[in-house]
Amino acid sequence: MRSIEPWVEDPVRTFLAESAARVVLLMTSAGQVVAQHGFTRSMDVMSAAALGAGIVASTEEIGRVLGDSGLGSQAHQGRRQGIVLAPFMTPLGRWIALVVYGPETSLGLVQLFLDRMVTDLRVAAPEPQLARPVLAEDFERDLNASLRALFGR
Amino acid sequence: MRQFLTETLDQLTRADGVRGALLVAAEDGLVIAEAAMDGVEAAPVAALAASLAGRLLKVAETAGQAPPALIHLEATEGGLFIAIGESGLLLVAVTTADANAGEVRLALLDGAGRLS
Repeated sequence: MRSIEPWVEDPVRTFLAESAARVVLLMTSAGQVVAQHGFTRSMDVMSAAALGAGIVASTEEIGRVLGDSGLGSQAHQGRRQGIVLAPFMTPLGRWIALVVYGPETSLGLVQLFLDRMVTDLRVAAPEPQLARPVLAEDFERDLNASLRALFGR
Repeated sequence: MRQFLTETLDQLTRADGVRGALLVAAEDGLVIAEAAMDGVEAAPVAALAASLAGRLLKVAETAGQAPPALIHLEATEGGLFIAIGESGLLLVAVTTADANAGEVRLALLDGAGRLS
């Protein structure tokens, strides 16, 4: 597993072990990747994060149009694998979990342990810090550090 | 249909020592209907019961045995009974430790038979 926030690793590892999910991707609601397990190519991670954030945003907008702002997680069941896309709140803001699972587990188990992972993440999250001004030199360095952490480059 | 499911579960909860009853989709472990789940969260029970049933069905298949009709998990503070229906449904009962196992089994098998 790779992450840019070390405190998410224990909750995500526990989730993976208990749910038997194949892939997990944690991202902010803007699609910025926080942690991932199961992806082998960086392009796949970035595509999945962008698409996942877009799907959640679209669903919420549909909910708003229909007068229901409480649309929660969504599940897609395929023949060989299923996908769960679940937005949730953390002390650091709104995040999204994208989980891919196979026939070795079930949607019910994935949802059960996903709820527990969210609880664990809320407990493990550090206090939010005041936002720093984004400087050009910091941006490049921070971006490279995040890419190294997520993709090992 | 909804009323039929509710009646089936209500009948099960009338057995001595049954704290709650659930109808669960075996494949995805989701709750289809529930009755009187006194102090017990339905979704975790459904997910774990479906997982347990799925594994035991694989064990039976691997061992060349017929699939079990009923699973009884006995714990120190209660019990879990799972009747495996023919239509991909599980009928689950959560019981107290002193529940009448024979009565619960009969009620479960009767309920599972009506669901098939």
